[in-house]
Amino acid sequence: MWLCSPLIHSYSSTSLSSRHRPNRHNPPPSPPPHPLTPPPRSSFSVKVACLIDLSSNLEVHCIERKTSFFFIHCDGSLTSGLNLSNSRSARLSTNAVATKQDNVTASTASKPGHELLLFEALREGLEEEMERDPRVCVMGEDVGHYGGSYKVTKGLAPKYGDLRVLDTPIAENSFTGMAIGAAMTGLRPIVEGMNMGFLLLAFNQISNNCGMLHYTSGGQFKIPIVIRGPGGVGRQLGAEHSQRLESYFQSIPGIQMVACSTPYNAKGLMKAAIRSDNPVILFEHVLLYNLKERIPDEEYVLNLEEAEMVRPGEHVTILTYSRMRYHVMQAAKTLVNKGYDPEVIDIRSLKPFDLYTIGNSVKKTHRVVIVEECMRTGGIGASLTASINENFHDYLDAPIVCLSSQDVPTPYAGTLEEWTVVQPAQIVAAVEQLCR
Amino acid sequence: MAQLTRRTTALQKTLSAAILSTRHLSTSPITVETSVPFTAHNIDPPSRSVETTPQELLTFYRDMALMRRMEIAADSLYKSKLIRGFCHLYDGQEAVAVGMEAAITKKDCIITAYRDHCIFLGRGGTLLEAFAELMGRKDGCSKGKGGSMHFYKKEGGFYGGHGIVGAQIPLGCGLAFAQKYSKDENVTFAMYGDGAANQGQLFEALNMAALWDLPAILVCENNHYGMGTAEWRAAKSPAYYKRGDYVPGLKVDGMDAFAVKQACKFAKEHALKNGPIILEMDTYRYHGHSMSDPGSTYRTRDEISGVRQERDPIERIRKLILSHDLATEKELKDTEKEVRKEVDEAIAKAKESPLPDPSELFTNVYVKGYGVELNKSLLELDLTNLSRFSVEQSLVLFSNIKLTLLVIDCISQSFGADRKELRAVLP
Repeated sequence: MWLCSPLIHSYSSTSLSSRHRPNRHNPPPSPPPHPLTPPPRSSFSVKVACLIDLSSNLEVHCIERKTSFFFIHCDGSLTSGLNLSNSRSARLSTNAVATKQDNVTASTASKPGHELLLFEALREGLEEEMERDPRVCVMGEDVGHYGGSYKVTKGLAPKYGDLRVLDTPIAENSFTGMAIGAAMTGLRPIVEGMNMGFLLLAFNQISNNCGMLHYTSGGQFKIPIVIRGPGGVGRQLGAEHSQRLESYFQSIPGIQMVACSTPYNAKGLMKAAIRSDNPVILFEHVLLYNLKERIPDEEYVLNLEEAEMVRPGEHVTILTYSRMRYHVMQAAKTLVNKGYDPEVIDIRSLKPFDLYTIGNSVKKTHRVVIVEECMRTGGIGASLTASINENFHDYLDAPIVCLSSQDVPTPYAGTLEEWTVVQPAQIVAAVEQLCR
Repeated sequence: MAQLTRRTTALQKTLSAAILSTRHLSTSPITVETSVPFTAHNIDPPSRSVETTPQELLTFYRDMALMRRMEIAADSLYKSKLIRGFCHLYDGQEAVAVGMEAAITKKDCIITAYRDHCIFLGRGGTLLEAFAELMGRKDGCSKGKGGSMHFYKKEGGFYGGHGIVGAQIPLGCGLAFAQKYSKDENVTFAMYGDGAANQGQLFEALNMAALWDLPAILVCENNHYGMGTAEWRAAKSPAYYKRGDYVPGLKVDGMDAFAVKQACKFAKEHALKNGPIILEMDTYRYHGHSMSDPGSTYRTRDEISGVRQERDPIERIRKLILSHDLATEKELKDTEKEVRKEVDEAIAKAKESPLPDPSELFTNVYVKGYGVELNKSLLELDLTNLSRFSVEQSLVLFSNIKLTLLVIDCISQSFGADRKELRAVLP
């Protein structure tokens, strides 16, 4: 059983401790203050992603709106989700290392919210959805009585019963298939892979049945399933338990992939994924489960296909997701001290890419660095590079730099493992090289 | 039960109906004995005597004749290259489909592998849908996008139609899980072949079904050949009904529709109370594994014709009908002619059906309406844009027009999961 080492407060760079960082100026990054509303894509007109839930409830949920956030029910009644005060107007996310705009109005207008760790945020999202819709159920190894190997489903089995929070035997292929079959009839199962790497055993079910059934049945069946689990390179977990499956799954047509990185987006994406009628794979990271952040008390759902602007900037666009976001933010501190102004975007949506946000950013900065934890060959970065090149070639001043993990099985030895993934120093060097 | 008969045109219906009415068939039940007694594993087998009615016998005959005719017609369509790819034919195994249908309702679910044409028909699929799908036309049950191996009928409780051997078994257990979850007293029949019986997922799924008492009935259609390999060359123990170990099993003569019916009824009662059960249907396919397999390289023609003479399911029903004086030879021949005509008409109609529109390439990849931003002009009730959405969604939008006014300042860009026009719409 691999429980991640307890990290206090934020993801303090205990691994990137002084023995590896030559530069001692940078303190460990503080927990990023969360944006109180999800950041809009741009400063002009409001975009609202509207989800039309075609289930019999016919609720229309407005995810984001300029001035308020609320649920509209089909009988016309309004449930206020957030405070309707206009002072919570949309602002660019300023949860930045060096902020461009001040955060003052946002924080004074907000209700305090509550602080919790990332796995607790996932659990909250899960619990709210299970409360809301009786068709939502969880299946996975050790999710029920044990409470989940990362405690994401702790306390749910006593509350909802053994059938809704189902402890499965160790048979990934079959219980994923079971979840897909159940989804065909209208249930909304959430499959937890104890470690994402184990889902390779279920690849046939995910690729052929989950992704394709909506298409091959001519739209008769939809598969509103969520497949989630921790992946990524952890602390010396060994090669087979350090898999990054986003690169393997990215070609499967019919699925959506999202990666969460903060408690705020973890909860929002979890809820959005459960409400989505498409199969969604939610990638979590083993090392991020103990991140602490203050999130709103009110209910919120994030857009599955949207990227998050972590830090606006002018000189270079750094695209990243999941754990690498923190390495990037650390590197950003160094870069700011050196006088650069990087724009950091957490792409969140791995399939499809949020080319709108990314595009706007490229048009502004004309330089792109992609920092990812996937392997170099055939990874998310490779696809993203191709995508950006195809769509925004004219706006690029220099070739896209893609920093990814080495194409090696993750070694056990600590030092070797660190060299497998991208470190902040490499990011700093790459940006300096690019902006020369 | 009289599903297929109901779907005939009025003209054809009158013929057989007239015959039946003039004959004044008694509705008194007939007792039929199954060809061989059931062999059971860990359970008491049901009785060999099956109650049936004359109406049911005639319906069985007609349905099986229709299925047989459909498969033979598909054979010739394949040879004339109107059906491409893989085509797995079910002739010889019709008794399984027909007998199973007779024992269950449309609320029960059936899921099977790629040899699904006849089961689709039994679940309420029409001939037109079947042939149009085989030929890749728009009127097919999966809009031409599935093909021979992907027939689905949601209203009829038919969950396909799957190409990967054995992958449908966990899906079937999932269907049973959902039935248990919603407590609706229905069962799932997860069908697979003797080849798939060696898949690991079968045993994983069986374990889970037995663990949680899911109302799943696993039906092994043992036609003795897994693609080109005989069962004795692929399985150490060809007693597939015993493979459940702690799960009870029943071996059934799959060429006898009444044995199948009795077994399925028995299995349904068992599954609702006690959890999973395995049914092994001892059956035979006359064609090869698929149309690209002649079927004679791994078995002798004598074997095939022997089975056809001694165990053919349609012949058995025919003999029963004749021996009980329910219809004359001529009447049965007329039924066959009707059936043939029906199939020919369906093929003609399917041939006229158009090929799918190129835009259909991108539809149904994702469920629309999620994450896709509303086009501003929708609010102006621009119907050309609404055509992007399905009818249901358009109706939802119309009915919620008051609500959509609240989203009046949307960016008009289709951005979400259906972004094939990305380059065109970016600012």
